[in-house]
Amino acid sequence: MDWSALSLSLQLAVMTTLLLLPLAVMLARPLAWVSFPGKGLIDALVTLPLLLPPTVLGFYLLGVFAPQGALGQAWLALTGRGLVFSFDGLLLASLLVNIPFAVQPVQRAFEAIPREAREAAWCCGLSSWQTLWRVELPLAWPGLASAMVLTFVHTLGEFGVVLMVGGNLDGATRTLSIAIYDRVQAFDDTGAARMSLLLVLIAFAAVGSLHFFTRKVGRRGN
Amino acid sequence: MTGALEVRLRQQRPIPLDCAFDCAPGELLALVGPSGSGKTTVLRCIAGLHRAAQGAIRSNGATWFDDGVSLPPQQRRVGFVFQNYSLLPHLSALDNVMLALGDAPPAERAATARSWLARVHLQGLDARRPAQLSGGQQQRVALARALARAATGPAAVGGGVLLMDEPFSAVDQVTRRKLREELARLRRELFIPIVLVTHDLDEARQLADRMVVLHRGTALQAGTPEDVLLRPRSTAVARLVGLTNLFAGTVGIDNDRPCLEWAGRRLAIADSCDCALGSVVNWVIPAEGVLLHRPDHPSRGEAENPVAGTITEALRMGSFTQLTMSIPGEAQPLVFQASSHTVLRNNLGPGQAASVTLLAERIHLMPLE
Repeated sequence: MDWSALSLSLQLAVMTTLLLLPLAVMLARPLAWVSFPGKGLIDALVTLPLLLPPTVLGFYLLGVFAPQGALGQAWLALTGRGLVFSFDGLLLASLLVNIPFAVQPVQRAFEAIPREAREAAWCCGLSSWQTLWRVELPLAWPGLASAMVLTFVHTLGEFGVVLMVGGNLDGATRTLSIAIYDRVQAFDDTGAARMSLLLVLIAFAAVGSLHFFTRKVGRRGN
Repeated sequence: MTGALEVRLRQQRPIPLDCAFDCAPGELLALVGPSGSGKTTVLRCIAGLHRAAQGAIRSNGATWFDDGVSLPPQQRRVGFVFQNYSLLPHLSALDNVMLALGDAPPAERAATARSWLARVHLQGLDARRPAQLSGGQQQRVALARALARAATGPAAVGGGVLLMDEPFSAVDQVTRRKLREELARLRRELFIPIVLVTHDLDEARQLADRMVVLHRGTALQAGTPEDVLLRPRSTAVARLVGLTNLFAGTVGIDNDRPCLEWAGRRLAIADSCDCALGSVVNWVIPAEGVLLHRPDHPSRGEAENPVAGTITEALRMGSFTQLTMSIPGEAQPLVFQASSHTVLRNNLGPGQAASVTLLAERIHLMPLE
């Protein structure tokens, strides 16, 4: 078992999930409720990472992240660190790749909130901020939970983009899925099998707890 | 006027609006009209959920909406009862009501919310979620929440308004009657303007002090329900409020007094409504203004406005029977009521001849459009 790869994978998944969720709420709310010119384009852009081969995505990101690339240069100037083959770059790539997994469930959840529920809150005197915390988020909670689980599990399993952008550096960019590939290449089938089983169990536990949780939420409402 | 709600609205799009009305504290004003007439939009304008192109809305002297000013719903003291209640499904009945008490001191909120729930007869159901309540109970929670917002606090605060959008349309008839009675009782204790949107004329007649008839966003007539239903200002109003005995005639003169020439007769009238002599008018008479003559006592000419015809339909509706009579020279039938007892005793049915009196004081003339 490659413990440093496991810890790196978990760190990456937790940070991606926590950073992406508020961003997803901010992006999904206007997409769910406001109609504006160019909305179709943004909807398409949000879905795009789901459809592109991870290697294609990784290839473009590599270009932008490179020290002479736009983002790589800015990041270097800002933090003194490079984006390519680093944990920073891996996290940034992971955020971009996971946008559809985070935004779409949240957007569906906000779309399902009746307009009158928000209007009733406003007429009760609740500000937009209070309405978000006391009405919208509690009602959209199952959607937020499924966005969290999808993002978390998908980040754990991401392979193509990680390999393109992060490479295979022990303790810096070698995630569990890369480590499995590494073990198979080294004919260490036992090691690969152990880590694969672990990923299956984590994914299963995450999806199972989501089902349990959303059913509980559903019952609470009835 | 202190505490009054003043509404003036004008716009062309998205739906045309052209109406103006006031609602005094303690008064219940009904906005009536067919679906699509703009009733709900007017209510949403008052609440701040829709912004009209032009106009002004003032409550208790404070401007809620005017050129360049439009307060958000949070800054208008509006209790809104939505058509589908719009209770928040994740909150208990008590929490739903407490949501509207954000301005009250935190320590008092729960007690105040409980007292509002008690006033709508929901003691003991505080902890229930909306899905655990019946339709009528949900409606009461919605009313308690709206009242908590509009009518909590010292009377001096003022400016609160209760708005209700077809509040009884989604509950069964027995519950509806009970809720109406309770609202009629409750409103006597509240000194705030109440605006009720409804398409149910019975509801408007039972509850409202005044009603405004809306058609395509335009207020056609405002007045007491009796005024509007007995003396509609125009044929359009008469049609919108569903008056049945609507006929055309001519203003004539009989013994130096104005009369109504209709279907080859001259009818005495109490009020010519300033219609010019010789002008063609529409006129209405309510069913209560038509009296059936006893067949065994034929009138000898002394009865008021006697009209003879043939019964075409007799619909028994419990203790009274609705009779439809065709009259020679008039295409429209006359509809009126008689006690079922009388109808049975005189064996009145389709094909039978009958005669009636049209009470002069109940005949109402309207200018032709």
